Amino acid sequence: MNKLINFFGNIGFAVRSRLYRLGAGTRLFFLTLIYSADSFKRIHLTIREVYFTGVLSLVIIVVSAFFVGMVLGLQGYYTLEKYGSSEAIGVLVALALVRELGPVVTALLFAGRAGTAITAEIGLMKATEQLSAMEMMAVSPVARIIAPRFWAGMISMPILATIFSMVGILGGYFIAVLVIGVDEGAFWSQMQANVDFSNDIVDGAIKSVVFGFACTIIALFEGFDAPPTAEGVSRATTRTVVISSLAVLGLDFILTSFMFV
Amino acid sequence: MERAKIDIWVGILVALGIAAFFALATKVGNLTSNDIRETYTVLAHFENIGGLKPRAPIKGAGVVVGRVKSIVFNTEAYHAIVELDIDKRYVFPKDTFANIYTSGLLGEQYIGLEAGGDENNLVEGDLITYTQDAVVLEKLISQFLYSKASEED
Repeated sequence: MNKLINFFGNIGFAVRSRLYRLGAGTRLFFLTLIYSADSFKRIHLTIREVYFTGVLSLVIIVVSAFFVGMVLGLQGYYTLEKYGSSEAIGVLVALALVRELGPVVTALLFAGRAGTAITAEIGLMKATEQLSAMEMMAVSPVARIIAPRFWAGMISMPILATIFSMVGILGGYFIAVLVIGVDEGAFWSQMQANVDFSNDIVDGAIKSVVFGFACTIIALFEGFDAPPTAEGVSRATTRTVVISSLAVLGLDFILTSFMFV
Repeated sequence: MERAKIDIWVGILVALGIAAFFALATKVGNLTSNDIRETYTVLAHFENIGGLKPRAPIKGAGVVVGRVKSIVFNTEAYHAIVELDIDKRYVFPKDTFANIYTSGLLGEQYIGLEAGGDENNLVEGDLITYTQDAVVLEKLISQFLYSKASEED
């Protein structure tokens, strides 16, 4: 009997703590919006964070995009070649990247590269009582720390996703046209004929904005909510990656089913 | 790191992003080739549209001259009413033929316009009277089989 009570008690506790975190996360988001005006007065803080989340992620984004594009080119060529339509490789690479892989892989890399850094940084600030010190000086940590990082994530994620898609297509071009020898004119013209600006490119950009929002707010909240101990910060960092990745993949399914019917 | 250096790097990132988006829009997407701006709309009735979809191309002699605007089913006459958006630069005679074709063996379907000999041109809201439906493969095969069977009798 005691076991049963414990069992249901544990379920209740798990549900309640998750609901609490969801609510606290939402509150943090609205606080961020409210303090955004304050943080925009010191715009260099945001630009600094764009440097850390965006510019420093550029190398990993470009390199992985090029490889993803090359793999798509190779795999697509092997299959399309069987049906004698290897010229359609451009369409395959472009649509796969612009619609799905660009936003999703960028968001996963972004969560791993920038999200963890945000969580660890804020968690450590909390552990070393820097956030409390700011409050003592009547400086809002949300305006000074959270809001600049939030907007930096929202700005850099779509930029990175766009660069990812374009570099990936160049990777596919490199393999398909320069290495395998698919006709260059057919590669680009089939791509242009089948990739729609408003349906494919803009929808991909919308996806990247949503993913950027999800990854950034999750990373910020995990850091802000982390227990101020070494173990707490390390756990929060792990949770950032896990929750961000799951959120990105889940949101991707929802957005895809809305967009491409 | 000093502020000026950070600004430069962020500027490079934003410039790269804009360049990539511009390249996606013009080189990868159809923003440049999609230069159909001012259009006039004409109607056409089809008994069967096959797999024709809204935004499918309308071609005259193979050149894209417009796009399908909408397809609705008419419950009174039981046929499909297709609205065609045609670029204002291209005019077609009143007795133009509208045929539903398939590009390639398995490709998308489009409407091919073949000009007739009428002296008056189609204007906004006109109805194309000469239409040819999409070819339905099952019908074609069954017709072929029936004709074969009747030959053998």
